[in-house]
Amino acid sequence: MASRATPDVNEAYIRYISSVSPKTKEKRSLFNAFLVGGFICVIGQFLRYMLMFLFNLEGDELAGTVSMILIFFGAFLTGLGVYDRIGKYAGGGSIVPITGFANSVVAPAMEFRSEGFIYGLAAKMFVIAGPIIVFGVISSVAVGIIYYVAGLL
Amino acid sequence: MITEIILMFVKAFAVGGIICTIAQLLINYTKITSGRILVYFLLSGVVLQALGLYGYLVDFAGAGATVPISGFGYLLAQGAIKGAKEGLFGAITGGITAAAAGLTAAITFGYLFALLFKPRSKKN
Repeated sequence: MASRATPDVNEAYIRYISSVSPKTKEKRSLFNAFLVGGFICVIGQFLRYMLMFLFNLEGDELAGTVSMILIFFGAFLTGLGVYDRIGKYAGGGSIVPITGFANSVVAPAMEFRSEGFIYGLAAKMFVIAGPIIVFGVISSVAVGIIYYVAGLL
Repeated sequence: MITEIILMFVKAFAVGGIICTIAQLLINYTKITSGRILVYFLLSGVVLQALGLYGYLVDFAGAGATVPISGFGYLLAQGAIKGAKEGLFGAITGGITAAAAGLTAAITFGYLFALLFKPRSKKN
C-alpha cells in the first residue's frame, strides 16, 4: 500500500512544483520583458512624434535627439535607484533598450566612485559599455571599408 | 493620420517588445550574461544593416527598432555606409559620426549622474 502510494504522491508533488515554480516564472519574465521593452519603445516613438511636430526635427537629428533624451532618463533613473528596481522586474526589457545602455554606464560608475573620479568613476563607466563601443566602432569601420572597396569595383 | 500614428505606436510596442523578449529568452535558457547579450544585439544590428535589412524594420516599427541596442548597431552601420560613398575617410569615421549623439549623451550624462547620486544600499 505504502509503496504504491508514495510514487503517486511524489508524482503529484513534482507535477505541482513544476507547474508552480520555474516555468510560470520564466513565462512571466518573458511577458514582463515584452511589456517593459515595448513600453520604452513606445516612449521613444512618442518622443519622435513630439520632436517632429513641435520642433520640426527629422532624419539623423531626430533620431539622435530621441536617443539623447532616453539616455538622459536612463542615467537619471539609475542615479535615483529606480532603474535597477525596474530591471529586477523587467530583465531583458530594461537591458536591451538604449536606456539600459545608459544604466550600464551609470551603475558601475556610481558603485566605484569611492575609488576616485578618474580610476573609479571615469574608468568603471566602461566596464559594460566599453565592449559595446569597441565592437561597435570596429564593426562599423569594417562595414565602411567593405562598402568603400565594393564601391571601387 | 491619427490611425497611422496609433498603428505606429502598436508596431513600435510589438517590435521593441519582441526584441526584448528574445533577450529574455537568452537570459532564461542560456548562460549568456547581459553584457554579452548587449554586444551580440549590437553586432546583429550592424550585420543586418550591412546586408541592408535592418532599415526595413526601422521603416516598419520606428522607435521599436531604433530604441533597442540593435538600433545603435544599425546607426553605426548606416553611418559607415553613408560615409563610404564620400571616400575612405568617410568610410572609417562615418559610423562613430552617426553614433556621436548617443555616445556623447551616455558619457556626459553618465558621468554627471554618477557624480551627483550616491550609491544606495540594495534593498531586496
